[in-house]
Amino acid sequence: MTRSLRPLLATTLIFLFAYALAVSQQPAMLSTRVLGNFLTDNAFLGIAAVGMTFVILSGGIDLSVGAVIGFTTVLVAVLIMWLELHPLLAFAIALIVATAFGAIMGAAIHYLKVPSFIVTLAGMFLARGGASVLSPDSIGIEHPFFTAVQKSYILLPGGGRLTVVGIIMLIVFACAILLAHRTRFGSNVYALGGSETSAALMGVPVARTTISIYALSGFLAGLAGVVFSLYTSAGYSLNALGVELDAIAAVVIGGTLLTGGYGFVAGTFIGVMLQGLVQTYIVFDGTLSSWWTKIVVGVLLFMFILLQRLVFRAGPRRT
Amino acid sequence: MTRPTVDLRPTTQPPLPRQRPITSFLTKPQVIALVAVLLVNWALFPGFFTITWQDGRFFGSLIDVLNRGAPVAILAIGMTMVIATKGVDLSVGAVMAISGATAATLVTNGIPAPTAVLAALATGLLCGLWNGILVTVLEIQPIIATLVLMVAGRGLAQLITEGTIVTFSDPLLIFIGTGSFLGLPMPVVIALVLMVLATLIVRRTALGLLIEAVGVNRSAARFAGLKAGTLLLIVYTFAGFCAAISGLIVAGDIRGADANNAGLWLELDAILAVVIGGTSLMGGRFSIPMAVLGAMIIQAMNTGILISGFSPEFNLVVKSAVIIVILVLQSPLSARLFRRLPGAPK
Amino acid sequence: MTEPKPVLEARGIVKIFGQHRALDTVDFTANAGEVHALLGENGAGKSTLIKILTGAYQPDGGELLLDGQPITLRDPLHGQTYGIGTVYQEVNLLPNRSVAENLFLGRQPTRFGMVDRKRIDAAAKDLLSRYGLDIDVRAELSEYSVAVQQIVAIARAVELSGKVLVLDEPTASLDRNEVQRLFDVVRGLKAKGLAIIFITHFLDQVFDLADRVTILRNGRKVASQPLNTLNTTDVVRMMLGKDVAFDHHPTALSGGPKGQVRVAFQNLSRKGLTPFDLSVHEGEVVGVAGLLGSGRTEVARLMFGVDGSDTGQITVDGQPVTIRNPAQAVAAGFGFCPEDRKLDGIFGDLSVRENIIIALQAKLGWFKALNREDQVELAGRYAEALDIRAADHDMPVKLLSGGNQQKVILARWLAIDPTFLILDEPTRGIDVGAHAEIVRTINRLREEGLALFVISSELDEVVAYSNRIVVMRDREMVAELDGDTIAPDAIVQAIAGTAKEARP
Repeated sequence: MTRSLRPLLATTLIFLFAYALAVSQQPAMLSTRVLGNFLTDNAFLGIAAVGMTFVILSGGIDLSVGAVIGFTTVLVAVLIMWLELHPLLAFAIALIVATAFGAIMGAAIHYLKVPSFIVTLAGMFLARGGASVLSPDSIGIEHPFFTAVQKSYILLPGGGRLTVVGIIMLIVFACAILLAHRTRFGSNVYALGGSETSAALMGVPVARTTISIYALSGFLAGLAGVVFSLYTSAGYSLNALGVELDAIAAVVIGGTLLTGGYGFVAGTFIGVMLQGLVQTYIVFDGTLSSWWTKIVVGVLLFMFILLQRLVFRAGPRRT
Repeated sequence: MTRPTVDLRPTTQPPLPRQRPITSFLTKPQVIALVAVLLVNWALFPGFFTITWQDGRFFGSLIDVLNRGAPVAILAIGMTMVIATKGVDLSVGAVMAISGATAATLVTNGIPAPTAVLAALATGLLCGLWNGILVTVLEIQPIIATLVLMVAGRGLAQLITEGTIVTFSDPLLIFIGTGSFLGLPMPVVIALVLMVLATLIVRRTALGLLIEAVGVNRSAARFAGLKAGTLLLIVYTFAGFCAAISGLIVAGDIRGADANNAGLWLELDAILAVVIGGTSLMGGRFSIPMAVLGAMIIQAMNTGILISGFSPEFNLVVKSAVIIVILVLQSPLSARLFRRLPGAPK
Repeated sequence: MTEPKPVLEARGIVKIFGQHRALDTVDFTANAGEVHALLGENGAGKSTLIKILTGAYQPDGGELLLDGQPITLRDPLHGQTYGIGTVYQEVNLLPNRSVAENLFLGRQPTRFGMVDRKRIDAAAKDLLSRYGLDIDVRAELSEYSVAVQQIVAIARAVELSGKVLVLDEPTASLDRNEVQRLFDVVRGLKAKGLAIIFITHFLDQVFDLADRVTILRNGRKVASQPLNTLNTTDVVRMMLGKDVAFDHHPTALSGGPKGQVRVAFQNLSRKGLTPFDLSVHEGEVVGVAGLLGSGRTEVARLMFGVDGSDTGQITVDGQPVTIRNPAQAVAAGFGFCPEDRKLDGIFGDLSVRENIIIALQAKLGWFKALNREDQVELAGRYAEALDIRAADHDMPVKLLSGGNQQKVILARWLAIDPTFLILDEPTRGIDVGAHAEIVRTINRLREEGLALFVISSELDEVVAYSNRIVVMRDREMVAELDGDTIAPDAIVQAIAGTAKEARP
């Protein structure tokens, strides 16, 4: 078995085990209703985490994700409520802005040769600041299109609801899996994470790939912002505070090596679901407090960082 | 036992003419930047430099800048040394929350305030030690190692406060946050004392030089017989200690511990202050006073934005602009431009 | 055999780094269907020449011709499009990707925009079978041995370029069978008419595989001729000496009364290094002769605790000491000037003064800080004694020339008042003037009673300052020459040896 599969397998087993444990305590958690809510509640996180997966696979990090989500919700709200654009047009504009924003950060990382964390830190400040310059207050979004989208869902057997945002997330994951594993772009991302020098020697267009990766992360953060605005019907500059940390945690818990090169988009999905599971369990339990989520996620993060060190330190050899 | 000695001749090297410290200090770009920001503030608000004496302490916008900038300045003192070793500590904001939560919870449960303060400082040391162990013993990259505590730390703080904002009326804790000494606000006094002490300790002992050596070239440090691991452990522990002090100040200021918001994003401000202070993220040369100055520049901008009537969040835009300017200035691109300047080696 | 057909030609190549002439009008020709070995010690200019041939560096003089046409290479990728492929010792592939992807990255066949994995895997399997490799091409590259990775790298390079194949020390970490496997592949490519350039420091491999050899020394070409006209001794002599003009006066150094034993190593060993005993006396220089890869640097690292030893005892002045890391070695009074100055030696951003006092400071501990006056005095004293030319001792050491940097590191160790000094290639990559000064300094330190252990590829140099010479070959100390036995021919013979007997 390939080494990179091991953390993924561990995540999957932990998720199944945790889910079984949760169900044994709270039998009500075994229902499509809960699963449907899982997908809906974590849709924006999942979408943002997909972008983060590509960034981390390439050996970088993107701290601007949460801020871009917040900015997008404000921009969407402003475009719809103040400029009275159709939501679809507003979404398109917001996605273009977010993508361009990511591309510029990617270009800065490549051409200025600075660590990604400091560039995306500037991006985070800029996006949060820009959002509050647009509107310091929360803007409620009221539009028939929003109401219609929020009310649409596919009924699952067992009474669960697969909402539009849930479906968007699933589509994003499906596309991202193809993109990561079945396209030249995907190979180039892994190549950069493996060794930038080797990748360049092997003909990987380093500049173009780096810019594309951060543009993709920006686009997906924008899409997560769109989903967030659909989910909450509001645009607020402080929306999705700290989501970048949840996204990073989801990616690592999903088995992606934080130093890049190894990992799977599908793992990120399980990472997101595992975080959702912890949250849902705590809600179901009622006696546990919400801060346990952070602690459990932190512990999982630590476990996976350790696991990766063990798995990737000594390499097995075939001859 | 014969000892090999090198043929000694009287040293002829004259002490080199050094720039006078005060002039070289005043011409540093950071000082010029701070003065510029202060002057802009003064233009926006003519009373900016007015300092009054009331109830045994100074008041005024300038004092306010110092006071508000103190928590980040204190974080920056610890962060400077971490960054000098080529590391970074993302967890200091969360550690602030933990420290504040510890002190607040203990005093509300009837523990004497001095004990509570010591306990809070001890938790900070412990958090720093944890980070240091991850970095040295487990050899995890600093940014990743400290991320763990950044994520879990606020949860731990909430665990301590049981999810509520723990308010208190203990005079000692409040004094740390809002009291005054010799007319100066306590946070300013603490920051100054810590800055002076830390600078003295690293510069009067060999600690500073050895930290710089480890940051410049870890491998050469090993070959020269330095114990890099111990140094890193000390540096991260100290960063945790500084964060704990900051956490106490912030808690004392609002008379309560808010596990969710205490120190939120301050780790980033602290990193920014260090970078503005001229310490490279690639490790090596560091200056604690310059990092404190960096924190003051950030706070002076904050205050300027507030008094000019912009929303406080506008600050973030300005901060990002500052980072961008620094990045461009430090990039290889501009290095090539500046290489032609006089003073460059042949 | 017909007249050799030149494929890649370099004429009068010059490359200058700073004031250092890394290559001085070097000619080189790679012929079709020939394996051309490029030999030389570190710093001889081998890797610089290779980088110019593959496009990684641009020459400061001379020209490159491919099939008789002049070419200019912007970078290795550009070189590849001309048919020049390279395989490095550190495999420059992606350890985290599958074998198949490593073979086809950048030119994967796609279907409807998606990479056609099945086709890649089949093509990869087919390609590797031509190299006698039947492996699971979907597995990660890092799961295979270095030998397999090398063959994959060769397959990729040949597939992409196909005229010239440069093998840069491909066998450094392979065992005997793996080397043979690799050589079979290379012979196959030779038969197909590729021009192959082979860099190695294993002489037996050169004689095993190569048809022609070019030897570089100090940036100049010493010889370039068919291998069947030479024997091992000739080659070693050309690599190491100023031909045979050794400049040695044995009576001046050896035979005289020795001081007491300062440092003794007994049965010291580590995996891959044969255990050795060695004692170094007061006022004695033990020189180490041996080619690159003979284990000479490993011995030095072991002595200084950079690598932990598996067995053995160390005594200093008769007292047993424990050395498990460099800090303990420094505490025992050892100093070590490492081979790679930039990586392991200097603190580039720190000042000359700080670089000189750092080891003493580390030895004193954190709390006994040397104050500024002490530092200025120490730095001034040793800078004077070693004639370190720096405009200002507060300037960053990285601005000094290589020779002055080396003296700074030497000064660093003299400042701790050492009992035993290890110098690994102290004169590498520094200009001729500084070179002579360092040799003089070594002589002076010996006269002042220091015990030294000096590794050098410059045979004439080793002979000039050593009382005793230890010869290393195949990670073992194979001979010790003392007194009148220090003769150039004896050393060359010992190094050349019968290089087959001891290989693992």
